[in-house]
Amino acid sequence: MRIKNYLLNHLYALVYSLGQVSRAPLSSVMTVVVIGITLAFPAGLYVVLKNAQRLAAGWDDAAQISLFLKKDVDDQAAARLAKRLHDRSDIASIKTVLPDQALKEFQRQSGFADALRALEGNPLPAVLLIQPAAGFADPVAVERLQSSLRKLPEADFVQLDIQWVQRLHAVLGVAQRGVEILAVLLGLAVLLIVGNTIRLGIQNNRDEIAITKLIGATNAFVRRPFLYAGTWYGLLGGLIAWGLVALALWLLDAPVRQLSALYDSGFELGALDIWTALLLLAAGTLLGLLGSWLAVGRHLSEAEPR
Amino acid sequence: MIQFTNVTKRYPGGHEALSNVSFELKTGEMAFLTGHSGAGKSTLLKLIALIERPTSGQVTVNGQNLTKLGRRHIPYLRRQIGMIFQDHKLIAERTVYDNVALPLVIAGLHDHQEIGRRVRAALDKVGLLGKEKLYPVRLSSGEQQRVGIARAVVNKPALLLADEPTGNLDPDLSAEVMSLFGQFNQVGVTVLIVSHNVDLISRFGQRTLHLERGGLVTSM
Repeated sequence: MRIKNYLLNHLYALVYSLGQVSRAPLSSVMTVVVIGITLAFPAGLYVVLKNAQRLAAGWDDAAQISLFLKKDVDDQAAARLAKRLHDRSDIASIKTVLPDQALKEFQRQSGFADALRALEGNPLPAVLLIQPAAGFADPVAVERLQSSLRKLPEADFVQLDIQWVQRLHAVLGVAQRGVEILAVLLGLAVLLIVGNTIRLGIQNNRDEIAITKLIGATNAFVRRPFLYAGTWYGLLGGLIAWGLVALALWLLDAPVRQLSALYDSGFELGALDIWTALLLLAAGTLLGLLGSWLAVGRHLSEAEPR
Repeated sequence: MIQFTNVTKRYPGGHEALSNVSFELKTGEMAFLTGHSGAGKSTLLKLIALIERPTSGQVTVNGQNLTKLGRRHIPYLRRQIGMIFQDHKLIAERTVYDNVALPLVIAGLHDHQEIGRRVRAALDKVGLLGKEKLYPVRLSSGEQQRVGIARAVVNKPALLLADEPTGNLDPDLSAEVMSLFGQFNQVGVTVLIVSHNVDLISRFGQRTLHLERGGLVTSM
């Protein structure tokens, strides 16, 4: 019976708060839209960031070490070295590119065929393209492999092709931290928006609050509709944010397809997944509740009966 | 029902609204509280409903010592008291029905049939049964006052407090409203009415408490 009464009390407050929200439709809609835009901003950046990270993760397999051999290492020595290195446990495969092959390929790809033919001899060294073994593809292991290769007497210099991917990861890490900071700041903004709207609601209903208190309403009774109103604002704002992010992704989809087609990449813009969307709604709802809680705690005492 | 023992109320700034007031109002009694404006009438009512607390002395309402009543218990005290105000204190955004139903909802009653039955009974008693769907602004001042009375009695409180209930009404309406209070008193409700309508009071022949500059002068 007590629990039923408790639930009915809440149901009353819930329905009443909806009435309150709909009684001032323009300001309610404005509040909800502002919350929506405020939440959509970090959510949208988050989705873009996730897409960039997914794209970058696709390039991790490209971890490849190019070992340029000294000019005086001949083809046989290069092949022997390749065979020896292949026995190492941290190397998966080795492709040997001998100077003649390299030159032919370069002539074919660069379009400088005539200029190259004018050269005396072949300026290109032999190169071993080394693919690290699966268990040794992480940055530390690759680093270790790279330095041990550098000590080989045949080695001229060693180039890690993954370096730019690592730099990209670092940039994305900075971007992620930036998005996180932005999310916290805009979360605070939502808190203030809801708090301010609830504060105005309390001020507009000051007489009504005083009257209900005069005829025996508890603080909880007076507080409840405002807490629900704040929660509604947050939830509806979250829904609008979801809609805005989905719309933005839809608008970006065609240009991104075109771009990735130009790069011969099958990359597609990932949509806002359901868990992120639910997280967005939950965050909005929670911020709404918290914002109204803070406002109610601070301003309800101003509406005491006199 | 109400007992004041040496009650003094001094406001910040030194103004003494009530000085050493003692009286008792027994259960089922009806009394008028008179005095010039500023004599402390409103303050006295506020102390009963714990809108304010006395500076010294003791107030007991319905067996509860208000000095010892914590903030959390104030709402439950107020639910035992039906209060009527000179300015009605109706909620403008709610219909007559919703205004009268509010004390029931606040008390945690959710059975809509029961609420409807009680609200209509209260409105019937004040002669406003046909106006439950209207908003307060559509009613005359006398009708608004009667809605306020219906709201005060809907919860069947043991004590009615009325602050100048006929202050804005013409003589006919005033007599009507006063006779309503008489009817409630006849079914056992304790009634305390603040008024300076001397004609009306004398017609009732009830006990009168007279306040003058914060002190109780007569308590017949």
